[in-house]
Amino acid sequence: MKPAVIQVNDLSFSYNPVGNAAVHQVSFEILPQTVTAILGPNGAGKTTLLHLLLRLKTPLTGSIHLQGRPLNHYSRHELSQNIGLVPQTEYIPFEYTALEYVTLGRAPYLGPLEIPAEKDTEIARQSLKEVGVSHLENRPIPALSGGELQLVLLARSLCQQPRVLLLDEPTSHLDLANRNITLQIMDRLRRAGTTLVFSTHDPEAAALIADKLVLMRAGQVLETGSLEEVFTTETLSRTYGTRVEVLQVDGLRVVKSIERLGGEQNGQNNPAER
Amino acid sequence: MKNNKNLTAFVLVVTPLIVLGISLFIGRYPKPLLMPLSVLLHDQLGQNLVYNLRLPRLITSALLGMSLATAGGVMQMLFRNPLVEPGFLGVTQGAGFGAALSILFLTTAPLVVELSAAGFAIIGLLLSYFIARRIRFGGWVLRLVLSGIAVSAIFSAGLGILKYMADPTSQLPEIVFWLLGGLWSVTWTDLWYILPVVVIGLVIIYLMRWRLNLLSLSDETAFSLGVAVGRERTLLLAASVAITAVVVSVAGIVGWIGLIIPHIARRIAGANAASFIPVSMSLGAVFGIICDDLARVLTTGEVPLGIITSLIGAVIFLIMMTSRSMRIAR
Repeated sequence: MKPAVIQVNDLSFSYNPVGNAAVHQVSFEILPQTVTAILGPNGAGKTTLLHLLLRLKTPLTGSIHLQGRPLNHYSRHELSQNIGLVPQTEYIPFEYTALEYVTLGRAPYLGPLEIPAEKDTEIARQSLKEVGVSHLENRPIPALSGGELQLVLLARSLCQQPRVLLLDEPTSHLDLANRNITLQIMDRLRRAGTTLVFSTHDPEAAALIADKLVLMRAGQVLETGSLEEVFTTETLSRTYGTRVEVLQVDGLRVVKSIERLGGEQNGQNNPAER
Repeated sequence: MKNNKNLTAFVLVVTPLIVLGISLFIGRYPKPLLMPLSVLLHDQLGQNLVYNLRLPRLITSALLGMSLATAGGVMQMLFRNPLVEPGFLGVTQGAGFGAALSILFLTTAPLVVELSAAGFAIIGLLLSYFIARRIRFGGWVLRLVLSGIAVSAIFSAGLGILKYMADPTSQLPEIVFWLLGGLWSVTWTDLWYILPVVVIGLVIIYLMRWRLNLLSLSDETAFSLGVAVGRERTLLLAASVAITAVVVSVAGIVGWIGLIIPHIARRIAGANAASFIPVSMSLGAVFGIICDDLARVLTTGEVPLGIITSLIGAVIFLIMMTSRSMRIAR
């Protein structure tokens, strides 16, 4: 078996020194060229965990190793050449064209006073092509739709050519078609050799693509494992704190949340059962 | 492509120089408007006037326009807000307060007034910055804007008190005239005093102009791209505040250049800071020189520069805001 790209040991972090930990004693590892889904309800600590993996936050205890080396032994430049981030969304107040914006992804390879050269622009064009939005090259960012923006954000981090790509809720505000496009691109990236880690509260998106799941609730990891191991009615119900049923439809796992509005008495109001 | 870039650079550098050259002949000596070339060649007084008064003054007006326009462009990007102008973080009101304080209690000697103005401009900024850090709600930009407004208000109240205390026949007119802005008192000495700061600040900003794009992204994205967000933002902010503070300390309060020129530059060159910052610099210089020309020749006296820049700036702003091609990003 290949050695892990990322190893997380006993990681804890808290926003408030006296309050509850946002991430509490979390351990797991991520293998190369896989897709890992960090799955859990809102407020489970998923984004905080991604920020810890990015070194944007400093852990209270525990360690993160990237390719066997502690994360804090990497220089800022090295780190940005290895790990990229696709934020949930980005407010961009100026009218950069999509190409100008994607070219910003070359920053890890440029000196502090350097300006991107023609070859950097070429890589940016290639990244736009990879996510299938070459036609948006000269479109100003504020004129893009939500789905298009998500793809351009993705292109920007591809332009960074990272080994590990972190995606924060990449599908949560997309419609079904755009969600599928994004997942297909993620799948392509995995096959091309990138390791992907994404946070999501949508179990079906996770089931469609993830090799491995990290189930989180209230800052703790409840389970980690493959889809077969942990994508079950019991563990998902525990993760979400509500009754969830996992079904198989045409070989795909889908999730049915079986609590109706109005809770227990709801059955009585259902005309079919009256 | 390459040739095109060189041509653009040439135009950006040469245009302000041409405007400056022509402006040397504009004024009210020996008669209003244009001075004939023969005067410069044969008239001793004319030569003296051009070399000792007009030249340092025009260079200063170019540096003033350039600095305010560049600082405005930089701050708009750092604060991710296209409506920010360089004086908004307590800088302008701080400078006004500092100048009045010196006129009232120390001396009206220009250099002392300028130093006092520059000192309080920087105090204004630091206050805004540290108060913003202590505000417990809202994003970073909102907090800075709020504390900038509060600090500006405190300084303008202080300025009000100083004006109230000032001798209405001697000190008050001095304060009011300083606040209206102008370059009539500029000499080579003033120019040498502002030049090092302005040159260093502008060079830093020019060299780091592409990084500004990165700093206009969210902190987490900028960080993921390897940007030392805090350090780079502080460096660029310090450079812009320093150049704003020194030019304001010499010229008084000259508004609108920092807001309007970056907008026009973006219209011409696009949002990418690598291209619009140089355009801002060049355009700012041209705008500064032309406004000062107007200040010198419009009437027999001198029209305060701040009045002219505000008037022209606000009119251009209104035209831009109401024109059909204007798009707002939000």
